[in-house]
Amino acid sequence: MPIIRAEGLTKTYRVADKQPGLRGTLRHFFARRSREVPAVKDVSFSIEAGEIVGFLGPNGAGKTTTLKMLSGLIHPTAGRVEVAGHVPYRRQGSFLRSISLVMGQKQQLIWDLPPLDSLRVNAAVYGLDDARAKRRITELAEMLELGDELSRPVRKLSLGERMKAELLAALLHRPSVLFLDEPTLGLDVNAQARVRDFLADINRRTGTTVLLTSHYMGDITALCPRVLLIHQGHLFHDGPLDELTERLAPCREVRLELKDPAPAEAFAGYGAVESCQGHQVRLLIPRDRLTGAVARLLADFAVVDLEVSEPPVEELIGRLFRQGVVA
Amino acid sequence: MAKSLATFRRYRRTLARFWATSLTAELEYQANFLIELLSVGGNLAGSVFLLSLFFGHGRSLGGWSWEQALVVLGVYTLLDGLTSTVLQPNLSTIVTHVRTGTLDFVLLKPIDSQFWLSARTFSPWGLPGVVMGLGLMAVAAFRAGARPGPQALVQVAVLLIASAVILYSLWFVLAATSIWFVKVWNATEVLRSALVAGRYPVAAYPAGLRTFFTLVLPVAFLTTVPAEAILGTGSSQWLLASVVVAVVSLALSRWFWGFALRFYTSASS
Repeated sequence: MPIIRAEGLTKTYRVADKQPGLRGTLRHFFARRSREVPAVKDVSFSIEAGEIVGFLGPNGAGKTTTLKMLSGLIHPTAGRVEVAGHVPYRRQGSFLRSISLVMGQKQQLIWDLPPLDSLRVNAAVYGLDDARAKRRITELAEMLELGDELSRPVRKLSLGERMKAELLAALLHRPSVLFLDEPTLGLDVNAQARVRDFLADINRRTGTTVLLTSHYMGDITALCPRVLLIHQGHLFHDGPLDELTERLAPCREVRLELKDPAPAEAFAGYGAVESCQGHQVRLLIPRDRLTGAVARLLADFAVVDLEVSEPPVEELIGRLFRQGVVA
Repeated sequence: MAKSLATFRRYRRTLARFWATSLTAELEYQANFLIELLSVGGNLAGSVFLLSLFFGHGRSLGGWSWEQALVVLGVYTLLDGLTSTVLQPNLSTIVTHVRTGTLDFVLLKPIDSQFWLSARTFSPWGLPGVVMGLGLMAVAAFRAGARPGPQALVQVAVLLIASAVILYSLWFVLAATSIWFVKVWNATEVLRSALVAGRYPVAAYPAGLRTFFTLVLPVAFLTTVPAEAILGTGSSQWLLASVVVAVVSLALSRWFWGFALRFYTSASS
């Protein structure tokens, strides 16, 4: 039975339709007009307990909105959602105890105090007794490589240390589902890697289901066997990352270096010619015909060098977002 | 039963942690204590002086003698101290939570969000006001010749709690409107200034204002009614009315918070 299930999840925001300038403001003041902006449209998916799933999409694609509907912060306009056996927006105690949310841009730790103080508050809120809270803090701190930092005021911690302490605070009550919204935002490469390792570790050790959004493809490729790609409010892809790449880039690029120059027309039968300049030729060949085409190329031409490459996934997704074309 | 007892324990423990952490944070700034002490003392001296101006040559103010009026001022000082200790520091944070979006964290905690927002911090700097208020009440009541018995003292305690609850509810409702307006600092300041009217017995005001301070902005319930109970001039009708107003305003504040949250959770992004 899936731990997260969304069916036809839809969220429409009503926003004020206001013209710029004083005149627009005045007009808006007297005759309020609003229009509906769809943020998430008919998104359905289900996630099994223990999965790590990445949420991809450009800014404004509806990732955060979806995450907020799953964590119960906002009501869906339509559709059904169930997390850990509960309807999130009812925010029942037993539901809240089984989830946690970490946001890269917002922090729950008290700024002027050491993280330990915030952790004690959380322990009391979740009804953990001192011994148990202490044991969990020690265990998580070890996994996160946090030591003294826990007794220094939060304002004196580096961004990376702060994020690790945030993760500790979010996991103290052992949630079965962890939502992360851009957890590595602004972190340097090392800190990013450490956060990723920790998430993989906690998922492996405790079976926590992890759902994270990120701008950094690195997070997704390193952590998420499964990816949900939201584009313009729609669920565009649900599956492994390489399947997404395949969908976005059904062709491979083949670069040839020839012994003798050949005209572009000579390659028309093998694939789409991207460029042909003397000895250098670049072709796009559909994946299913790749091996045959390469074999024939090698047989038909005097090839000095041959290279097959797949465009990097960042570039493909970036292209998709820029063009706004959904294949 | 066992469950509600466990819940009660959890809330009590949470509250202890809340106040312990805020005390730790506040004590980093010791100078505040001195400043607050001076400011409360100065304020009180100013109010006493102003009040003394009304009472030249044995005159009375709306039927209140000088000492009796000082009891009202004492209740006011006590409530103002409570405001600085608990209300102001907590309820001004609601605005910050809404603006920065950290309200999300509060809403995702398995604890009543109104409780969290109302009790999260505690500022020791309002305590001098509380102590001075209690002191002034006691001294002024004694000098006015009041010798309340145990039963009257219980009534006074009930009325003071009712006052605090009414004051809290007013503040909370106003602070909760930040869900829509985001910037409501000014509004709470306006409320605080309006409540200054509670420094004087409500009988000192013209009839129109008196009605306003009883029915619209319940200033009368905040200071005059408890002061009357201390002086033994109160009536059981007022006691009852005060408790009813307190219960109703608390219920109203809870309803209003739920209503405001419906907007937050359906509109935020």
